[in-house]
Parts: sequence; C-alpha cells; structure tokens
Amino acid sequence: MFNTLAEIFSYEFMQNALLAGVLVSLVSGIIGTLVVINRMVGISGGVAHAAYGGVGIASYFGFDPVLGAVLFSLLSSVTMGVAHRKLRERSDTMIGVMWAVGMAIGIIFVSLTPGYRANLMSYLFGSILAVSMADIWWMAGIAAATVLFVALFYRQLLAISFDEEFATVRNLPVTALSVLLLIMTGLTVVVAMRVVGLIMVIALLTIPSAIVSMFFKDLRVIMLVAVGLGIVLIWAGLVISFLSNLPAAAVIILLAGIAYFLAFVIKRILLKTKI
Amino acid sequence: MTGFMLAIAKSILKIEDMWAGYDGDPVLEDIQFEMFDGDYVGIIGPNGGGKTTLIKVILGLLPVMRGNVRVLGQSPEQARDRLGYVPQVSRTDRDFPISVWDVVRMGREKAGFFAKRRLSANDKQAIEQALDQADVLDLAKRSFNELSGGQRQRVLIARALATNPEILVLDEPTANVDGQSTARLYDLLAELNQSLSILLISHDLMAISTHVKTIACVNRRMVYHNEKVLTQEMMALGYECPVELLAHGIPHRVLAHHDHDYVSLNANHNQEGN
Repeated sequence: MFNTLAEIFSYEFMQNALLAGVLVSLVSGIIGTLVVINRMVGISGGVAHAAYGGVGIASYFGFDPVLGAVLFSLLSSVTMGVAHRKLRERSDTMIGVMWAVGMAIGIIFVSLTPGYRANLMSYLFGSILAVSMADIWWMAGIAAATVLFVALFYRQLLAISFDEEFATVRNLPVTALSVLLLIMTGLTVVVAMRVVGLIMVIALLTIPSAIVSMFFKDLRVIMLVAVGLGIVLIWAGLVISFLSNLPAAAVIILLAGIAYFLAFVIKRILLKTKI
Repeated sequence: MTGFMLAIAKSILKIEDMWAGYDGDPVLEDIQFEMFDGDYVGIIGPNGGGKTTLIKVILGLLPVMRGNVRVLGQSPEQARDRLGYVPQVSRTDRDFPISVWDVVRMGREKAGFFAKRRLSANDKQAIEQALDQADVLDLAKRSFNELSGGQRQRVLIARALATNPEILVLDEPTANVDGQSTARLYDLLAELNQSLSILLISHDLMAISTHVKTIACVNRRMVYHNEKVLTQEMMALGYECPVELLAHGIPHRVLAHHDHDYVSLNANHNQEGN
C-alpha cells in the first residue's frame, strides 16, 4: 500500500495534480461557502457553463482557452449578478438562458476550429492530470487573491450575506463587495474548471461547504474545514482514479456526492439521538 | 413638564406629498407624516398596503417618486446610519451559520471600503450594552439559528441598539413570535422609548393599540392625527383594520369619530408623551 502510494506520488503529473487539488480546494472552499450562503448556486452553475463560450471563441481565434474562459465567466457572473439584484426571483430564467447560450456559442466555435479538438473536451470534463506548472502558477495567483479578499473583507461580507438591507443602511460598501464576490466566483469557476471541468464545477463549489455546514456553525470554521475536506476528496479521488484507471474528475465528484449523502444520514442520526 | 416645553418637541421625521413605489407603479400616494422626538408610532395596515415600502423610503433604501422626506433634518440616504433598523425575523436566513455576538457586532461595522476592522474597547462595550439592554447577553455565544423567534427578534433589536440609533425602526417585530415573547418585546420597546423614538409597523392591531403612543394607518394612503385613536377615516382606508378591530372588540377609547376635535387630543397626547 505504502509502496503504491509512493509510486503514485513520484510522478510529476501526479505532484502537479495534488498541488492543483490544494489550490482548487482553497478557492472553492472559501468562495463556495459564500456562494452557498448568498444563494448564488444557480448563478455559479450558469457562469460555469457560459464560460465554455469563451473557451470556444479563444480556440477559434487561436488564443489561450483559459483566458477566454476567464473573460466569459467574469462577464457572465457580473451580468447575472446584476440581473439577480434587479430582477430577484425572475432572474433565474435569465440565468438559464445565459447558461445555455454560452454553451451553444462554445460548441459552435469549437466545431468551427480546424484541427485536433479533443483537448477542448478537457474544459468540459476536467483534466487534473494534465495540469502544468504554468497552470499551477495562475491558479496560485487566484488562490492568493481569494484568501486576501476574504481576509480583508470578512466582516463586511458576513454582514452583507446575512442582511443586505441592514448593511446598506449602515453604509457598508454593499455594491462594490457584491460585484467583487461575483468576480471572485467567476475566477473560482475557471480554477475549478481545470480540475473537474465546467459541467461539474458546481459540485466542487457547493458540496464541501454543504457537508461542513451540517456540523459547524461559524462561517470562518466552515470555510476552513471545507478547504480541508476538498483536499481530502480530491486527493482520495486522484488515488482511486489512478488505481482504477477511471476519469479523475468523475471519481472526485462521485466521492463528494457519496460523502454528502453519508453526512446527511449521520446528521439525521445525530439529530434523532439528541431528542 | 409644562406645555411650553412640549411645544418645541423636535421634528425628527417629516414626509410631505410623498409618492413611492416600484417600476413606476405607486404603492404609496400623497403621504403626509410627521414624527417628533420621543414619539412611539405604530403603523398598521393590510398586507400589501405599503407599510414595508414606507419603511424602505424612510431608511433611504428606496428613492421617492415625488414629494419630500426629511429624516433628522437630512435626506433619508444621509440620515440612514442614524436609524436603528430592525427587520422581520423571517427575512433572515433560518440556517445562516452565525453566533448571536457576531450578529450584534454588525451594528459596529464601520462604513467605507477600507474602514478599520478591529473592534475598539468602545465597540465591545456598545455590543455588550446592547445585548444587555435587549436581554440577550446570556445568549451571546449561542448560534443565532437555534434561538426561538422571540429571542432572534431581540437579538436583531440589540444589533440596532449597538449602532446608537436616534430612531428605532421596526418591521413587524411580532411576526413569528409567540404570545408570551410578544408581551416581553413590547415591554422592552416601552423601556427603550424612555430614551429613543420608535416607529414600528405591524399587522397586529390588538397588540399595537395597547402599547404604542400613537397610531397611523397605511393602505396606499395614510391617515395619521398624531394620537392614539382609530378614526372612521382610518377604518374606511384599511378594510382589514376595522374588521379585525371590531371582531376583537378593542376598548372603546381607541375608537373615535372622524369629526372629533383632534387638535385638543393632540395636545393631550404630547403631555403624556413627554
């Protein structure tokens, strides 16, 4: 067992994957927690899918698909966020439309792109084993920005998430921080895309924080434990996928899903025994 | 106190010819309202009658379509951080992971993007004092979402008190609160009214009529005579008000004829109010 693990961790692509796992857990554990308590899960799902439009356009015009994804996810997250603030309940239709239209744009441009296109599928389904050192650097940059953002504005983010009207009456920078949170959500989507693919981003953002919220009652603790849980899930998923020769992203998400249902059952039992 | 002193009671809220609403549709029309220092006004009215819209205007959260609103001599947006806003408990997320202390601490958060974040000794004292005043100091370490409706409402009042407000503005403080806790809440508000002006909206006419000093009725339009009576005019305005009122058999003294001399009653109110 130990020898197998040592062997797995000796590959450079595996070391990069493990490192990427830490970075993506850091970003999605922190931002995912804020996404969940701000009820922005729908928006983040929409952003993830709309980002594929950027991947398609970038590959067609011959620039880095990650850059395309960044541009599209920032654009769509801010648009959806503003729509959500203005339209409230009615915004979910608009989010759904942007979700699908982004995908459609991506598929059309990908099909127009001449040559070998298989690597473009990796943006949909993830390719954690293909993460390069260059990828690690930009992911680390976004992770650092995320930590800085939440460390600097934790109290304001807490107040705004809990009660936006009260925060407005207190003259907290509600609009500026809401837009910043949308931008960070867009960037988080792109980081998570590299690991689990755009289609499964939403699971990585929500599941760790959802599990942890069942057992902890402090937002900071939830963020920290969600980061830790994300690392455990991704590393375990990587090892299982290596040993079983199954796609890493799908194994990671399946593990997360199993963990979620287990946590749900445990929580139920705990509640019952309390009474 | 003499009548002379009362005559110079400071106007803290003045609304003139105000129209407000959403997407160009007015919910409130031609509102006239004035509140004085030390007042304790209860606004009643049917659901959808514009009570919440009125609060949003006063808090500077909704621009008016027409008319003039002055809060503490300023525009609502300028004055809003001098108001202690207490939202409905049901408007807060039942599952939000936060402690009571952290909720009340929000009342000490500084405005501005790069404002100082550390709590000063002064801030800490204000939080503790607010918790104590609202009688929730012993709950400070508890999780907000495991409290009862009445306890959570008092925590939100503590948060508003922590801002050192000049007027307390409450939106349906007794919704989702059981009977005994409701009584406790009104006791607390009466105590706070010794040093604070209070404006509260509620559909709970029975409770409101026995605790506030003056009653206004809002249903698209507003009727307010700065006194504690329900006039025929109010009854005509709010269909739900009188039905509920008569069904419950409110003591006769809160009912009045429309054509009574409210100027004299007004003076009378000021005497008991100060």
